[in-house]
Amino acid sequence: MSHDTFSTYTTAWCPGCGNFNILDCLKTALEELGKDPYEVLMVAGIGQAAKLPQYISANSFCGLHGRSLPAAVAAKIANEKLTVIVDTGDGDSYGEGGNHFLHNIRRNVNITHFVHDNQIYGLTKGQASPTSMEGMVTEVQVNGNTTTPLNPVLVAIAAGGGFVARAFSGRKEHLVSVMKQAIEYNGYALIDILQPCVSFNKINTFAYYNKRVYELAPDYDSSDKQTALITAMEFEEKIPIGVLYREERRSFHQKNPVLTSGIPLVDRAEHPDALNKILNEFR
Amino acid sequence: MYNLLIGGAAGQGIETTAVILQKFLKNQGYHVLAIRDFMSRVRGGHNFTFLRFGKEPLYSHSNQLDGIIAFNEETIQLHNNELSEQGFILGDSQFVTADSRTIAVEMAVIGKELGNPRVTGSVAVGVVLKLFGIELKDTHKVLKEFIKEQYIDINEKALLKGYELVESRFLKEKTEPWDSIMLTGNQALSFGALAAGLKFYSAYPMSPSTTILEYLAGKSDETGIVVEQAEDEIAAINMAIGASFAGVPSMTGTSGGGFSLMVEALGLSGMAEIPLVVVDVQRPGPVTGLPTRTEQSDLKFVISASQGEFPRMVIALRNHTDAFYQTARAFALAEKYQIPVIVLSDQYLGDSYATVEAYDLAKVTRVDPLETADSKEGEYLRYRFTPDGISPRLIPGKTRNYVSADSDEHDERGFITEDAEIRNRMMDKRMGKLEQLKLELVEPEFFGAANFDTLLVGWGTTYGPILEAVQILNHENGGKYAALIFGDIFPLPQKLLREKALQAEKIINIEQNATGQLADLIREQTGITCNVSILKYDGRQISGEEIVQKLKGGN
Ligand SMILES: Cc1ncc(C[n+]2csc(CCOP(=O)(O)OP(=O)(O)O)c2C)c(N)n1
Ligand code: SF4
Ligand SMILES: [Mg+2]
Repeated sequence: MSHDTFSTYTTAWCPGCGNFNILDCLKTALEELGKDPYEVLMVAGIGQAAKLPQYISANSFCGLHGRSLPAAVAAKIANEKLTVIVDTGDGDSYGEGGNHFLHNIRRNVNITHFVHDNQIYGLTKGQASPTSMEGMVTEVQVNGNTTTPLNPVLVAIAAGGGFVARAFSGRKEHLVSVMKQAIEYNGYALIDILQPCVSFNKINTFAYYNKRVYELAPDYDSSDKQTALITAMEFEEKIPIGVLYREERRSFHQKNPVLTSGIPLVDRAEHPDALNKILNEFR
Repeated sequence: MYNLLIGGAAGQGIETTAVILQKFLKNQGYHVLAIRDFMSRVRGGHNFTFLRFGKEPLYSHSNQLDGIIAFNEETIQLHNNELSEQGFILGDSQFVTADSRTIAVEMAVIGKELGNPRVTGSVAVGVVLKLFGIELKDTHKVLKEFIKEQYIDINEKALLKGYELVESRFLKEKTEPWDSIMLTGNQALSFGALAAGLKFYSAYPMSPSTTILEYLAGKSDETGIVVEQAEDEIAAINMAIGASFAGVPSMTGTSGGGFSLMVEALGLSGMAEIPLVVVDVQRPGPVTGLPTRTEQSDLKFVISASQGEFPRMVIALRNHTDAFYQTARAFALAEKYQIPVIVLSDQYLGDSYATVEAYDLAKVTRVDPLETADSKEGEYLRYRFTPDGISPRLIPGKTRNYVSADSDEHDERGFITEDAEIRNRMMDKRMGKLEQLKLELVEPEFFGAANFDTLLVGWGTTYGPILEAVQILNHENGGKYAALIFGDIFPLPQKLLREKALQAEKIINIEQNATGQLADLIREQTGITCNVSILKYDGRQISGEEIVQKLKGGN
């Protein structure tokens, strides 16, 4: 794939890291969707995955660890013409930012959330993340991780997510296709992307995932919530990838009376009459 | 000038009674100041409003009462020692009290006769208006502002009934007509933000800041702004930053507890150079403290909150006029210097009502829409080094240029760097913006005798009480007192302070906290030492009279 539009910079990732494919697929998806890079805003928190906005030609916002979602949704509220994409880690998204994850599913602002789920804290050199498997030994979890891993897609569907998908950084074509659907979805769209960390996660490797992932069958009914919940629970021996659940829900912009006009907030003219009216209310 | 106290349990309608009474008094041309003293509970407890009115501007409340309007017996027991000899206690005839100053009215009976026991407040309003010789004008219109349509008639009847029951007793002061408005400090602050061009407000409910969230939410449709209740304060501030980055003037508001959660993001605004206005309506801490009461104990916290070093500004609101104009100014400064500007208010100001000269909207500079014209494609550097450290800001998506923001140390393009030289230059660039900002600081307000020997210093909402104290003392003492009250407080304006300190034989610091934070800041920044501090931290606003007493008491 050549990426003239979203040209690359040198990265600080380890050779062989699963992040490279995600970056590559993202550029392809954006190009295939015909996105203008000047209208794309990449948002991230802090972490290895969160460096992605630095490696792609687009607007970028690299904020605080765990806080990418609040900044991203507000930027979208301010200017709905922007294509807002959050690319950040599993620790960032589900650990430090867990509260924002839950509540932005409910808020349903039209943004896309790509979680680079390496089941580890990469940047801080290999501690357990919310999705790390039980038993995983790290320098902190010295006797093996005893905390039950979070199933983010199950949580997202249960919390009312309208677009919930899982993908694998080792299946590029499939990833591009799911990414495109997520970006086009009108509302909050989550893809939990299985991303091998070659430096710190010696369990969930490319080989590990390759052995387990399977694409959802063409006749899989992603509108059936019960099936979706059951499918989302599959993770041990077989891991389904694809759009697990999809439902058209009213987005934040459709629900908020101020925003329904379709004119971006940033472009709105002032309301001078409103101010005089308020002044009179105090008289 | 008269002082009333309206008291009772939460849920009895004291609040509504007070605002209706205030409005009638305001319409008479009176200056009005009404202070809420309430407990952190929804029902019961003891709540009251101090209501002062008079023909001259008012600066403080007073515990020397001319009248008590009691919704329960407890109010009488708690406050009758504050009542003057000629004062009155207005209460239901069922209340047991031997006090000869009592005006017993069969409020409950009247309520029953009219068919609604909840109209007693309006009976009381009628009685009070008559006692003070106020003509009834636009009764229906006033009631309509505060009472639901279907209850207006019955309340009007109750009010008229009350008006007939008593004779006028107090002299009606002759008032001059003036273009006044009446509002709370939190309303004034919200209005100031709207006037400056606020388009996005995110917050998590926390007393005493919640009424800002409520007020702005109520105005969102007609002003076309987005108001969002966040899942927590961390989200609230990060949302405001995200919206501001994308080009809309944004604000978040909270009290000290919520501000504690916001501190990391405060640094993000400083580091990524994203304009932001943060409101802290202070209440007594630490932690949950006294949720519905007042204090000035967050000063040292907000001037240093968040790790590392970055430029910021802190403006303390002194009164209801500041609340409007200074909040609006906070937006202009945040935008100009691309920094966080913290607006410090407190429960006393936030919840109290005052009449002030109607704001002049023309005096407010609206935040300029950012440059959207096409600069040459690809040449833009978000963090370009400039002589004053201010790099031109573009809105993402509006030009053929990329706009970046980064919490890591970054180069001119906004990319992560660990280069030592760039680090130094970026730190100097950011901190350097303060040099220009310092040139436009507003010096503290000075008042009192030109030939003073005692200088009082204070900041924020002790402005009114200190002003009143100085007036009383100079009237009695032949002019030995003056005061400097800071609004802009960080960076600390020093010119006037240094000048007046030279003249002062004694400097007395007055604050609503336990440690004398302003005195510390002054000493740290200027080497000037205050001789003594008058400190109050019981959660109740100090009054002018209290300051006079303390000063006379040997301080
Ligand atoms: C408030 C705060 N706490 C902790 C950190 C340190 N920190 C940075 S990234 C990170 C975890 C990264 O894990 P993840 O989000 O999964 O990203 P990855 O590096 O694995 O891609 C931590 C703990 C920080 N930057 N800020
Ligand atoms: S530490 Fe892991 S996640 Fe980070 S770049 Fe290296 S391989 Fe990738
Ligand atoms: Mg990770």
